[in-house]
Amino acid sequence: MTVSIDAPSSAPRPVSVRGKGGWRRVSPTLGTLPFFGYVAVFLLIPTGIVVVGAFRSPDGGFTWANITALGDSVVIDAFVTSVILSAVTAVIGAVVGGLLSYVLVTGRPGSLARRIVTSACSVLAQFGGVMLAFAFIATVGMNGMVNDALKDWFGLVTTGAYLYTLPGLILVYSYFQIPLMVIVFLPAVDGIRSQWREAAETLGGSTWVYWRRVAGPLLAPAFLGSTLLLFANAFSAYATAKALITQSNPIVPLQIAGAITNEVNVGHADLAKSLALGMVVIVAIVMWLYAMLQKRTARWLG
Amino acid sequence: MTQSMGARLPAGTSVGAPPRPQQLRKAMRRKQSVTRRVVIAVVMAFFLIPLASMLYFSVRFPLSGKWTGHSWSNLIHIQELAADDPSNYGQLWEGLKNSAVLVVLTVVIMVALLVPTMTWVRLKVRWLSRTLEFICLLPLTIPAIVLVVGLGPVYRIVSGLLSTNTIWLCFVYVVLVLPFAYRALDAGLGAIDLPVLSEAARSLGAGWMRILWQVVLPNIRSAVVSACFISVALVLGEFTIAQLLARTNLQTGIFLVSQSDAQLAVTLSLAALLFAFILLMVLSLLSGDRSSREGS
Repeated sequence: MTVSIDAPSSAPRPVSVRGKGGWRRVSPTLGTLPFFGYVAVFLLIPTGIVVVGAFRSPDGGFTWANITALGDSVVIDAFVTSVILSAVTAVIGAVVGGLLSYVLVTGRPGSLARRIVTSACSVLAQFGGVMLAFAFIATVGMNGMVNDALKDWFGLVTTGAYLYTLPGLILVYSYFQIPLMVIVFLPAVDGIRSQWREAAETLGGSTWVYWRRVAGPLLAPAFLGSTLLLFANAFSAYATAKALITQSNPIVPLQIAGAITNEVNVGHADLAKSLALGMVVIVAIVMWLYAMLQKRTARWLG
Repeated sequence: MTQSMGARLPAGTSVGAPPRPQQLRKAMRRKQSVTRRVVIAVVMAFFLIPLASMLYFSVRFPLSGKWTGHSWSNLIHIQELAADDPSNYGQLWEGLKNSAVLVVLTVVIMVALLVPTMTWVRLKVRWLSRTLEFICLLPLTIPAIVLVVGLGPVYRIVSGLLSTNTIWLCFVYVVLVLPFAYRALDAGLGAIDLPVLSEAARSLGAGWMRILWQVVLPNIRSAVVSACFISVALVLGEFTIAQLLARTNLQTGIFLVSQSDAQLAVTLSLAALLFAFILLMVLSLLSGDRSSREGS
């Protein structure tokens, strides 16, 4: 490309350009060095430290001890709770968010309503964290608005203590999972052409047939993929849970944080690494499946 | 909205269609619009009630039940508050300032690192593009809570070279925003004819810096803007790494203040959510205007 264009240009300037760029042609790969150097220091090395640390004994040798420590019943409970929490909120998020995306798409594409909803979704899905926990403390916590309303209108007195347990986490997590679903699933629903529906109708297909035979199979990979992404998102979320739960560490991210900050027991720093590795393995599998499904989606709806 | 749909679709399909299915279709559309309204109403209730509750919580004394604008005025005078009562509010003000600096540093490093590299890879080292994409999307697989475990040693070195100041978190924040920024910039670069543009600029005698600054950047402006906005939102919302590396940013500040003044924490959270919403709304309108102009 470069050569073919350089050759015919007989203007005097290119000579100087070629002179300046001479060293680059030796190895254009060098141009990407700053980027890869940066990523190595702040992404690859930390990841490497986690992976290596998970198999390292305190004296520097190889050990399975950190991995077998994952068999501890507290740790297993945390993984189970995390998986349940992520799976339940992923399904809730996918179903409700999927419905919402469909509703949004049947409206006008550039409408203000749609812009408002997508902006609000981005905020809630990616910005929330600690603040969403406070939103629910203000809603169903001790002096929350919904609690006050229940008391004033129906005489129902609730303490909102469930907010700090698994059902509470599911409620709060849904508050960022549903918006995330809208963000990641909307492009796929956008890809559905109205002509396909018309074609199905012209051929005598009912709405059910259209969904069962046309839109359903087309959207299925995107839907499943988005659900997996939601799972990974909930699985790795830390801030919301941290802001809600202070007394125990029922989910894996809180366990990791607990292991990092526990300075009494020296061995816990290594447990943090093996916990983190366990987490990466699960998230990596989920994200790999997501990428596979994404490829299938792109074939039709890209 | 519904009406325009109803008017548009039958117009295209009515050519050879018998009247009966069309009536059926009308009934179906009506049913569809009812479902739509129900879905929207329920979901909106779920999303608006907590926000309304935050407002309610922020303007009412929990014990006496009296209404007050106290915490909103505290929000405006947060600097004086921090000076008067540093043990409770000092961290919050500190965090607010740090987050403001972090936003700027992160965005600058992100653009300075990604735009030249992505342009360069597209022009000269195409075989690296899959690797680049993989690396940029990698942080999606490595959650912040995992990254922070391995970051300890790295940041011990950073602290030795620079300082323990919170603002140096910008380095790892660039990594966190990488997937989102990459996607935005990739879409922008994909939409322009980069080889032709750069060859044209080169044949006119432009150097590499000049191509980036005066040719590439102006052409992908809206992509850069959207990459910046998503980075701003992410940096302002980051909690995990700051908390576990014992640094102070906006979120750890809110977290700390919630333990002494829950009302202010809720007020500030609501204000921050609204601020981020307005930010993204502006972005959406800006990019929308642009695409409609390009369309016409």
